[in-house]
Formats: sequence, structure tokens, C-alpha cells
Amino acid sequence: MILKVANITKAFGGLTALDDVSLGVATGSITGIIGPNGAGKTTLFNIITGLYTQTSGEVYLENKKISFFSPEALAALGLVRTFQNVELFGQMTVLENVMVGSHTKSSSGFLSCAFKFPRQIKEEKLIREKSMRWLEFTDLDDHAEMRADNLPFGKSRLLEISRAMALEPRVILMDEPAAGLNSRETLQLAKLIRQIKELGITVVLVEHDMDLVMDICETIVVLNLGKKLTQGTPREIQENPAVISAYLGVS
Amino acid sequence: MTKEKRQIFVFLIFALVLLTIPFLLRESYLLNVLVFIGIHTMLAVALNLLLGYAGQISLGHAAFFGIGAYMSGILTTRFALDPWLVIILAALSAAAIAFIIGFPILKLKGHYLAMATLGFGIIFYIIFNETVGWTGGPSGLSGIPNLQIGGIIFDNDICNYYLVWIITIAVMLLSINLSQSRIGRALRAVHDSEVAARVMGINAWVLKVQIFTISAFISAIAGSLYAHTMTFVSPTSFGFNFSVELVTMVVVGGLGSIYGSFLGAAILTVLPEFLRVFEDFDIIIYGLMLILINMFMPGGLISGFQLLAQKVALKIKGK
Amino acid sequence: MDNLYQYLLTGLSNGAIYALIGFGFAIIHNATGIINFAQGEFVMLGGMLALFFLVFCGFPLAPSIILSILIATVVGIIFERLAIRPLKNAKPIRLIIITIGASIFIRGAAMLIWGKDTHALPAFSGNDPLYIAGATIMPQHLWIFAVTILVIFSSRLFFNHTIIGKAMRACAYNAQAASLVGIDVRIMVMLSFSISAAIGSLAGIIIAPLTMTSYDVGIMLGLKGFCAVIIGGMSSGLGTVMGGLLLGLLEALGAGFISAGYKDAIAFIILLLILFFRPEGLFGKKETERV
Repeated sequence: MILKVANITKAFGGLTALDDVSLGVATGSITGIIGPNGAGKTTLFNIITGLYTQTSGEVYLENKKISFFSPEALAALGLVRTFQNVELFGQMTVLENVMVGSHTKSSSGFLSCAFKFPRQIKEEKLIREKSMRWLEFTDLDDHAEMRADNLPFGKSRLLEISRAMALEPRVILMDEPAAGLNSRETLQLAKLIRQIKELGITVVLVEHDMDLVMDICETIVVLNLGKKLTQGTPREIQENPAVISAYLGVS
Repeated sequence: MTKEKRQIFVFLIFALVLLTIPFLLRESYLLNVLVFIGIHTMLAVALNLLLGYAGQISLGHAAFFGIGAYMSGILTTRFALDPWLVIILAALSAAAIAFIIGFPILKLKGHYLAMATLGFGIIFYIIFNETVGWTGGPSGLSGIPNLQIGGIIFDNDICNYYLVWIITIAVMLLSINLSQSRIGRALRAVHDSEVAARVMGINAWVLKVQIFTISAFISAIAGSLYAHTMTFVSPTSFGFNFSVELVTMVVVGGLGSIYGSFLGAAILTVLPEFLRVFEDFDIIIYGLMLILINMFMPGGLISGFQLLAQKVALKIKGK
Repeated sequence: MDNLYQYLLTGLSNGAIYALIGFGFAIIHNATGIINFAQGEFVMLGGMLALFFLVFCGFPLAPSIILSILIATVVGIIFERLAIRPLKNAKPIRLIIITIGASIFIRGAAMLIWGKDTHALPAFSGNDPLYIAGATIMPQHLWIFAVTILVIFSSRLFFNHTIIGKAMRACAYNAQAASLVGIDVRIMVMLSFSISAAIGSLAGIIIAPLTMTSYDVGIMLGLKGFCAVIIGGMSSGLGTVMGGLLLGLLEALGAGFISAGYKDAIAFIILLLILFFRPEGLFGKKETERV
């Protein structure tokens, strides 16, 4: 288990968004988190990645307790995420966006950057080359010098993945990566996610596109109304009557 | 020419032109104006690192300028310390103050940050006015010595010109380098999306404090140079209005452009000289500039220049 | 003891003014999320316009006040229409800069029109002190207290019991949802600017007889008003009043017993302390976190 969530509860004022949710993510797997709207999927992501603080419960990354860690500390430990609404650095170029991903993997300080010490020049060149490779990974290398907010939506999702990969993460959490993509782009995404897994990186995704989830995930966790409903293989999930009734709204 | 070579070329031309000006232009009044442009450029570049790159506003930057100027003034006139040593001391003190105040102040965002920095600036303005025993209060502090190296005393326009512009050009070069490095990218990332920057492992809070500190350091150096070239300082130069003027320089020239800061500083320094004919018009014109540039040219005047340069380049290529 | 009494009186009346100005900040902030740096200029406009009509044009008091408030309100509406509305979805930094630009512009225009001199507005009911229960009080103080109480109460009525007031609160809560139920958010924003300008100018008019007025009083008064609303918390109307009074009292006592020169610093030290340690204000509620 690379990532473990233990008894997470999150209350916003009187509203309980997550109620005692526990789950584990196997190292190197692709795990999907599904559930109807309002199930608490994004809230769970926000807690794991340090953007929200949970009311109670713990999060572990490879048995290290990471509850209440800041997003930047988690990034340094190799935990990265993408966003449902795509959070790019819009005024920077596509390449620069990916280069920011190398931040934790580089170390030049203010002085060496201002005075351009030889070591910094070397590091900068390395960052640039590596970033170009991550752009090639998502077929965005032709757009390297374009401003990020001029990218079409489908490509901006890919750029977000490139940028996350530049961090050389151990776990990547994707929040609805297929939302807004057409069917061709979704197929490309599925291929990309498999490639990421082949690099030894654990993928966790929240997704509404059931075909995609059933196709690529090894384990699926179902949340409903803030509670964990069940966890299992795609086949088990598809046959689980509780899941079906949760989605159909019958209880 | 690659992009990088072109940038070096532009910078060299820029530096060369500035350093040859005194050979072509001997008029003392104009050299004086240029000295001011240099000091203002330094300040605008310092503020731009914070405002244009990291996207964090400061409406109290005149305080750091004032700290530099007053420390230089007080320590050289009352304690007869070596002025060069004092410049470094003053810059370090301003940086230390910025560092300490930076942690709580840069937790704040947007409008609240603006108000807090403004309050900070006004507190220092009041201190400059009220600690009469040290600063001379509203009537100011005079008799600040000129700087000197070996036998050269920086007491005339040409000497001051080179003193100020060599340091300004160095500040510009270092800032350009910084802005194009991983740190510059991190700053711009924080500007565009703080959440995403943090998820990418950038400690936004600490980074903001660091750039705030550096910005204060540069501003204090500008303050010290101001004190030594003017040999007189008084609080009116370091009040809220000047803080706003600095923001205006950065916005008018172009947020996130080092050359833009030069342009903004030049325009806002020269403008009052022209407007002297219609005294009192400067305030209203600053206000108009801030509004109009912000609405119709968010990239500042420098972006207009760049567009023009591109068009010219295309035309030449076309022929 | 006499001194103390005077300090308290000055403190409370200044505090009431700060509260009114702060109220203007809160109305715009709650409707738009903007902190209007030009708020102080409405206060200045109130005082200068009243002076203009009353002293230079020789109009009677009541029409002078009404005309001044009307003109300041129109300036507020024009400001919203020309500078704020086109930038609706801009980042805070651009909105801050634009309101600063507007404030400089208004100040510069006032200076060109009325010059740089400082003027005193005649007190509304003369300068003969009143003796109430053995204590003296200037009639203008009574005016200030009365107007402040009136404004606070009527705005409470407005926001809690009229359709338009409720609609404005709905916009503050969730503009998108408000527009879905048929509220014209743009009109509500414009309304917030006009109410805010009206209250600001009114504050400027009633304080002018006590503190003098000139083209540049807006900066400090605006900042003090902001300080009041920060102490009280943006979300709390009563909190703003308490914040204003607290600030006014501390200032007056500080000026009286410590040093008049550092009087203005008190407001800003309080401002920084509150922003650092309790940004939701002393009387406000914590905002829930959002990403």
C-alpha cells in the first residue's frame, strides 16, 4: 500500500462531506474513485493533497504519516495532483509550465540564479531538456513556446499531466482527467495513464466516465454521500447492487 | 540569432547607450533628471519583482526607500561611519525588517495585503516625521556627505550619473537573470495560480517573503544613493504618495518586465518636469494613467513597444 | 478629569465617523469582494462639496447637504460604471490598482477645482456649547451621533426588511445563484457603490465642521474607516460601529496621554495586529475555507 487513508472525516460547518472514510491504494496500481455528485470525491483529494484539513483521521504515504502536511511538502515527497478545472500557469509558456514541475528536483538559489553561476546554467539546461521530454510524452512538444492559456482545452489537460510528471512523482492523483474531453482524446488519455503506470507511478483518479474507469482501473472505490460504499475490481463493482442503487438513486 | 543571444544583445545596447549619454549631453539639469530616473528605475525594478512577478502588491515600498536614505543620512552625519559600509548596513537592515514583517504580512492576500503594506508604510512615514532627534523631523536632515572612492568625490552630475547608473544597470541585469531562472518561474507560477504552484512543490509563502526581502534590500540601496547624491532627505519623499507613484511606474511600464520598469520610471520622472508649466496637474494625470493603462493595456507601455518592434522586424524581413 | 471627558467625546465622535466610512467599505466589499481604495475620496467630496455650496454659493444648509450627497453618489455610480464594471472578472491586483487610480484622479480633480487650502465648514447649529448634566458638548457632536445612529438603523432596516436590501445580501452571498433567481447583479453592484458613496459623503459633511476639510483629507479618513471595519469584521454591521468607536477612543486617548504626533500610527498598528492575528475581525465570523 503506497497510500492509505484512515478514518477521514471532514465537516464543513454542519455538513459532513466525508464520514469515516478509509481506503488503501496498492503500489503501482491504477485506482479509481467513483460516486455520484456530492459523494465527497474532490474533498477527499483536497485532504490527501493538503489543500483542506480534515476534521479527523489520518493519511499515510508508504507508512509515513502525512496528515496535515502542506501541498508543497507533499510534492517534495512525490505526491502530485491535477485539477478538475485545470490549474495552469496561464501567462507562462507551455514549456515553462512543465519546467515549474522540476522545481523540487532542482536547487539553484537566489544568488546563483541572479549571478548565473555555471552550476545554475547547467541545471537550467537540464531542466529544459527534461521538460521537453515530458512535453513529447504528451505530444505537446510542438506547442512548447505557446502561452498556456491559449491551448485548447483538451491539450491543457495533457499539459497539466506533463507538468505533474516533471515532478517525477510516486503517486499522481487526477481529478476528473477526462471531463471535457471528446472520445478520441479520452482514448489517448487512457493510453497515457497506462504509460504512466508502466513507469512505476501509482495513479489515483476521480472520474465520472465509467467506460474509462472500468477500462483502466484495477481497483475501484465507491463513495456515496460522504461514506465509502465499497471497494473492489471493476467487475465486482459493476455487479454490486448497492452501487447500482446509489447511482440510480434508489435506496 | 537565438532568443538568448538576442536578449544579451539588447541588454548590451541598452547599457552602452546609457553609459555614453554623459559624453553627448553635458547639461547639468538633464543629467540630474537622468540620475533620478536611475534611482527610480532601481526602485521600480525592486517593486516589480514583487508586484509584477510574484503578483503581490506593496503600497508601502517608500518605507524601505526611506529606511535606506535615513540610515545613510543618520549614520554618516552623526556617527561618521564609512558611507559605503553604511549602504550595506542600511540595505541589510531594510531586508531584515522586510523579512520579519514579511512572514505575517504575506500571509495576507489581495486587498488585505494592500491595506497592510499601506499601513506599514504609513507607520514608517510617521516614524520619520516624529523621531525629530534622529531624522530632523519634517524639516529634514541635511549635510549628508557625498560618496567617494580613492580620490574621486561623487559631488558632480557626471560622477553621480555613473555611480547611480552602474548600480542600476547591475540591478537590472541581476533581476533579468533571476526572472528567467527557476526562481523567476516559481514567482510567476505563484502569480498565476498559487494553489497549483504549491502542488508543484513551491513554498509560496516563503518565496514571497524572500522576494519581499530582496525587494526591500534593493529599495534601501536606492535610498542610500538618493541620500548621498541629494545630501538632504525629508519625510515627504517617503510617504504614501511616493509608494503609489512607484506602483504607477511599475504598472505604466509593464508588470513583469524589467525594461518596463525603466520605461515607467523614466516617464514618471520626466512627466512632472514637463508638467511644471501646469503645476498640480501631475496627480490627476497619474490617476488617469493608472486607470487607462490598467483597462486598455494590462501589459503596460512596454508591451506596446514590443508589438511595434515585432511589426517593424516583420516588415524588414518582408522586404 | 475634564481632559479625559474631552478626549472621550472627541474619540466617540471621530469613532462614529470612522464607523460610517467603514460601513461604506463593507457595503462594497460584501457586494463585490472589492476593497474600494477610493472610499475616502467620497468622504472628501462630501466635505468639499458641502463647503462649496454652503460657503461659496451661499445655499442654505439642507439643500447644500442634499446636493453634495447627490453629486458624490453620482460620482460613485460613474466610477463603478466606467472603471469597475469593465474589469468585472479581473484579478484583485488590477482592481486594487484601478481603485487607487480612481482615488488619485478624484483627489487631483478636487485639487484643481477647489485648490489646496484647508477650510472649515460652519457648524450646523452654531458653536455654542451645550451643557448637559454638568458636561459641555458641542452641537456638532450631537449631529454626528444622531446621524450615525440614524444611518446604521436605517441601513439595518434596508438590508433586512426590503426586497432590494435582501437582494443585495443575496448577491454578496452567491452572485451566480442570485442571478439565477432573477436578481440583476450588475444593478446590485451599482447600488452598493451608490449607497457607499452616499454614506461616505455624508460622513465627510458632518465631520467637516470639527476637523476642517481639504482636497487630501480622504486618504487618512478612508484608511481609518477601513481600520474600523477590519476591527469589526466585514461581515458585521454592529461590529463596524464598535470597531469605529474603539479606534476613535484609542486614538483620542493616545493623542491626549501619549503623543499627538503618533496618533495616526495607532490606527495602523491596530490594523496590522488585527490583520495578522484575527483577520476575520474582533466581531466577525470566520470564513469557511475554499480552494
